[in-house]
Amino acid sequence: MPIIQEREKDGIGWPLWEVFIRSKQGLDHKHAGSLHAADAQMAMENARDVYTRRMEGVSIWVVESKYIHASNPDDASSLYDPANDKAYRHPTFYQLPDELKNM
Amino acid sequence: MERIKLNTIAHQPQNSLIHYTLHQADNALILGHRNSEWTGHGPVLEQDIAISNIALDLVGQARNFYQYAALQINESMHHDATVDEGRAEITEDSLAYLRDVREFKNCLLTEQENGDWAKTVLRQFFFSQFQYLLYGSLSQSRDKDLSAISEKALKEVTYHLRWSSEWVIRLGDGTGESRRRILIAFDELWKFTSELFIPASYELVVAAEGLGVNPVTLKPSWMKNVSMVFEEAGILDALSQGIEEGWVGLCGKEGNHTEHLGYILAQLQFLQRAYPDCNW
Repeated sequence: MPIIQEREKDGIGWPLWEVFIRSKQGLDHKHAGSLHAADAQMAMENARDVYTRRMEGVSIWVVESKYIHASNPDDASSLYDPANDKAYRHPTFYQLPDELKNM
Repeated sequence: MERIKLNTIAHQPQNSLIHYTLHQADNALILGHRNSEWTGHGPVLEQDIAISNIALDLVGQARNFYQYAALQINESMHHDATVDEGRAEITEDSLAYLRDVREFKNCLLTEQENGDWAKTVLRQFFFSQFQYLLYGSLSQSRDKDLSAISEKALKEVTYHLRWSSEWVIRLGDGTGESRRRILIAFDELWKFTSELFIPASYELVVAAEGLGVNPVTLKPSWMKNVSMVFEEAGILDALSQGIEEGWVGLCGKEGNHTEHLGYILAQLQFLQRAYPDCNW
């Protein structure tokens, strides 16, 4: 949270936006980067100009950075470490039939 | 001197398609060059990239038209017995870099100085609105090359129009300062818009043959579309006042330019003039 709020203050007073691009092959929108824009429409056009000029995408999402709530890095150990020794959560103990190609 | 002569194409009706193609190429090159002057100087990073993208699109369009013009010129010279066999081929580069001011056929609007952001945006808006209608119409040309070039360029211009319209509305309907600036830009640029719709001699010839477009036919739609954006921008009053004022007539299309084009060419052509045929 503090990181994002801090970034919003830089630039020219226009809010910061996060840009998500879906590539031709991809099914999901992936985070491409961020940019400044006065409103959603300008953010969309800026995203087109900044992040799709080398044919990267077929679909764009933009969201104002302030609406993204990020986890605190200090919480990392309590959030993620407990999953470390729980290998049984991975479905790796099944015998797959040979006919099954894509799994 | 010899080089310039090679690039000079006589003003005869049979050369109209060549002149018409060069006219489209020059418009795109000069406006593209103007926009490229913003690269590294844009008001914000995102808009610096946006205007540079538009510059690249326009220079790309110019290349297509120049290549087609070069093809026509070389073919016509091939059939001309008075032309020396050993002469150099005309290329897109020689057309862009080795013609002099009076041979350029771009409209005066495209060579006007960038001024502030408002002036650059409004110049782009006026011209994109024109190119949008022109390319739409030209993509129906009986000439397959002009038709194909226009069809490809139309997609780019559709975005230029959207981008520039958006900015005209933002500035007109923004703060007192942004409105003041777009109105000043209007005063400076409006007089150059009339030339877009006055046909040069070569435009009349190609239009009659179904190869090109008589620009006067585009004027009603252009006016309507410009009015719609101006209304949304809250500056429609300026437009109705501007229409009553004096306009600059046909000049650039026939090779008579404002003082700005000479400076543009000095920068654009310096390297090829100083070091002929150099490349890297």
